[in-house]
Amino acid sequence: MCLAIPARIVELKGENAVVDAMGNRYRARTTLLPTAKLGDLVLVHAGFAISLIEEEEAKKTWQLIAEIDEFNDTSNKISG
Amino acid sequence: MLERIYRAQTAMSSACQTLGRQVNIMEVCGTHTVSIFRCGLRSTLPEKIKLLSGPGCPVCVTDQSYIDAVLALAERDDCLIATYGDMIRVPGKGGSLETKKTNNNVKIVLSSEDALQLAKDNPGKEIVFVAVGFETTAPATAIAVKEAAAQGIDNFSILSGHKVVVPAMRILLSEKNNKIDGFLCPGHVSVIIGYGAFAEIVEDFNRPCVVAGFEPMQIIEGLAEICRQLNAGKPELKSIYTAVVTEKGNPAAQKIIDECFDVADGYWRGLGKIEKSALKLKDKYSRFDAFKRFNIVETQGGERDGCRCGEVLCGLIEPQQCQLFAKSCTPRAPVGPCMVSSEGPCAAWFKYGRKKQA
Ligand code: SF4
Repeated sequence: MCLAIPARIVELKGENAVVDAMGNRYRARTTLLPTAKLGDLVLVHAGFAISLIEEEEAKKTWQLIAEIDEFNDTSNKISG
Repeated sequence: MLERIYRAQTAMSSACQTLGRQVNIMEVCGTHTVSIFRCGLRSTLPEKIKLLSGPGCPVCVTDQSYIDAVLALAERDDCLIATYGDMIRVPGKGGSLETKKTNNNVKIVLSSEDALQLAKDNPGKEIVFVAVGFETTAPATAIAVKEAAAQGIDNFSILSGHKVVVPAMRILLSEKNNKIDGFLCPGHVSVIIGYGAFAEIVEDFNRPCVVAGFEPMQIIEGLAEICRQLNAGKPELKSIYTAVVTEKGNPAAQKIIDECFDVADGYWRGLGKIEKSALKLKDKYSRFDAFKRFNIVETQGGERDGCRCGEVLCGLIEPQQCQLFAKSCTPRAPVGPCMVSSEGPCAAWFKYGRKKQA
């Protein structure tokens, strides 16, 4: 349950973000990553962005997550 | 890519040759465990490289007394239990949270914020958030507690089962007969605490500590790096997960953990009571502490019905050595948490390991 999921910030109001991971949209907060900006790729864990991540690395992680099928139970899905 | 794999294989083989024995590397992260199995990595490693699954799954290391305390709270009519889905099927006294869900006293949440929202939406109920997880997850809990305090939400409390990783690694190495040659350190815990946090393991116990990400190439190269160090007789601290892990970690997250929690002694499944290994709410937040609110005394619980999760989590036995494995204990009818959690070593062996890698 320590897995964090890469996602792109597609909306940001204050600390409240909507992020997109593999076409799914989730709510997330940027409290722990105050420098996060609209368009950034971030790692999201339990509803919070915890770090920036590079595009290439994000892609590898998405691929892995897609393979680990339990993934669907673990995140803050609001659409998709 | 092939070239990289070849180089990694060579490093691993020469370490086995130099040491002239089996090389035991422990991963301390449930996501590593799953990824290693999912990608079938074990079968590709030299025969003498042995991977041990350590206490890296937060659900698995949570002591039975904590589980039973949560289940007792779920019995109360005035309580509403908010929990991450991972905890829902862990069995304890009189069932699991899943079986208690029928009386509408248990809700699965995806973040601590959702738990806080439940408290706002249900003013007549006591919302208890089942706060488990390592340093990756603890900041989210801390934020909810701070918000509850700021907004005066008094029907919200947390039962902190949060733990920190390094003291557990120390305990394993302090055991005289431990066979651990090196650690593959957890990636996303390290995002928060920074790879520098493992320096004390290298210094005090002379074991390689390498932080790696989760995709197969990262894991293979992490293992190879450990082997290179063993081969050279020079244990070091290294992160190869440079994309997201820095030496110092995430300062905002560390600050918020420090603001809300004190480091205290904690009870771990299999490892017992470990000094300074748990995060307990600071006195200034004690009104949000479910231990205090409901007079729960923490103790060490035993294993249930012959379950050997404790030994599995210490790398002492492999899941198949448990008499119950795949017989009376399966993911459908789990006896211990290591079979419940998708990141638990017993579940990983059950799902991926039995035919291909046993
Ligand atoms: S197989 Fe089941 S009973 Fe045995 S250690 Fe694993 S979880 Fe416990």
